[in-house]
Amino acid sequence: MSDYAGIRGGVWFRALTAGSLPLSGDPRSVLTADAPVGKDLARFLCVVPDDQGRFPCARHGEVGLEEAYTLATRVREAIDLERNTAVKRAIVAIVDVKSQAYGRREETAAIFLAAAAAADAYGSARLAGHPVIALVVGHAFSGGFLTHGYQANRILAFDDAGVMIHAMHKEAAARITRRSVRSLEELGKTLPPLSYDVKDLAKLGLLHKLLHVENPDTPDATAIGQVAAELAAAIADTRGGPVDLNRLESSQARQTRKASILARQLLESQWRQG
Amino acid sequence: MSDASTDVSFVERQSFIELHARERATALFDPGAARELVGPFDRVESPWLPLQGVTPQADDGCVVMKGRIAGRPAVVVALEGAFQGGSLGEVSGAKMTAALDLARADSESGQPTPAVLLLETGGVRLQEANLGLAAIAEIMASILALRAHAPVITVIAGTVGCFGGMSLAAGLSSYIVMTREARLGLNGPEVIEQESGIEEFDPSDRALIWAINGGEQRYATGLADTLVEDDTQQIAAAVKDLVAKGVPSVHRSSQVALYRERIRALDPSRQWDPKELRASWGRRGDE
Repeated sequence: MSDYAGIRGGVWFRALTAGSLPLSGDPRSVLTADAPVGKDLARFLCVVPDDQGRFPCARHGEVGLEEAYTLATRVREAIDLERNTAVKRAIVAIVDVKSQAYGRREETAAIFLAAAAAADAYGSARLAGHPVIALVVGHAFSGGFLTHGYQANRILAFDDAGVMIHAMHKEAAARITRRSVRSLEELGKTLPPLSYDVKDLAKLGLLHKLLHVENPDTPDATAIGQVAAELAAAIADTRGGPVDLNRLESSQARQTRKASILARQLLESQWRQG
Repeated sequence: MSDASTDVSFVERQSFIELHARERATALFDPGAARELVGPFDRVESPWLPLQGVTPQADDGCVVMKGRIAGRPAVVVALEGAFQGGSLGEVSGAKMTAALDLARADSESGQPTPAVLLLETGGVRLQEANLGLAAIAEIMASILALRAHAPVITVIAGTVGCFGGMSLAAGLSSYIVMTREARLGLNGPEVIEQESGIEEFDPSDRALIWAINGGEQRYATGLADTLVEDDTQQIAAAVKDLVAKGVPSVHRSSQVALYRERIRALDPSRQWDPKELRASWGRRGDE
């Protein structure tokens, strides 16, 4: 379990891009490298803590202004490099982000737009035909995940107690909904959208696959090889397929997101009537 | 880009802010030219709220209307700030996403269909937590897919404002229309205080909140496209203008080099007076 978001992200970034140098010239909180995955080439991106970062509210693994615009720049660079290429490289977001940065400077300089710019870049890559994969190895909270990862064609996540994908961390969610952390945890056992357990997130049909990885904090060659193979399979799975998010068609989504499917069907039939 | 507040003058002003979502949506269409889709009589409600002792609403706080604006097909999706703070749940999110996707399908088959989003929202509905967050990611994907074919126009009138994940949806829009009473930002002041302390942001400092998040500042720094009075006719006119304008040559959220350079030029060793930003980011000349 990594309390310090970004540590595990950095471990997996180095493991999966070993032999490739990170691209230079960026803030130290964003790592980018091009590396092979199976027969494919992929651009890996990861946000890591940098206690010397320029912005004080974005030094602990949060996605701040510089992180968001750096991600956007590097993803757009990949799109531009392969604008006229038939088989486009995969984009792999290694996700271990605490949250978005919570600061006055960030709000003043429109972090909402910075976050949108990163999401725009990932989404545009997906629409252009790049397989976009999110590999959640640690934390993926709220605006941090919307900025970095949630626009992927496929989301893979480690099945591990150190992985937490959620709209808000427990203490804040409890405070705002006027519940105790304990009662929030109890509710999560019966209501999958509220759960902090990644297995429950899988029940919502939001994950392509859960990966069981031995010792995710200190992975050995076998674990790294296993994850690389899963990445290659997920990349292959997206090629030639739809470029939307496509998250309502799994058997899990058909069970737990019935209301989404109903709203969509009704809207579609009424849309055509007029 | 224009300051619509100078374009039209009215003897009598009808407040837009005082209208509910359905009335707001209706007011933007050509007279008699709109119908609601998946309305309250269809009773597609949140399945999650009753399980937590919260009364659901028959439209889940999201009104979808299809009709004509300036004679052209358009869809308006309005969030009801008075229901659960306009927050996005499974159903309201699915309605917005589906409306955007249908507008895209029509646009792709030769019938450009702009979308107008009336955003009064704090973001994710925490009683539906992960489905709310997923819904916002899906809305964002659908905005991005539609805006290549037809403009997506976000209107933030107030008083809730547009915060949390939905501020990213606003950021992805082709155009943003705001009143002076409206606010736009990722993190509300209370959240910043909780996470980073009162010295970072004092939520009781109302003047500071509006100086940073308010419509006037967002417009003056080029982050919103049109500044309007709280006037229904003026807002409808501003939306018509943007529908007519069509898809911009480049979307704001794609101007990465410009904004990255602007961030690089800032001095983060101190807090700034928000007005300072107007000099470096502000509108120039005829903009």
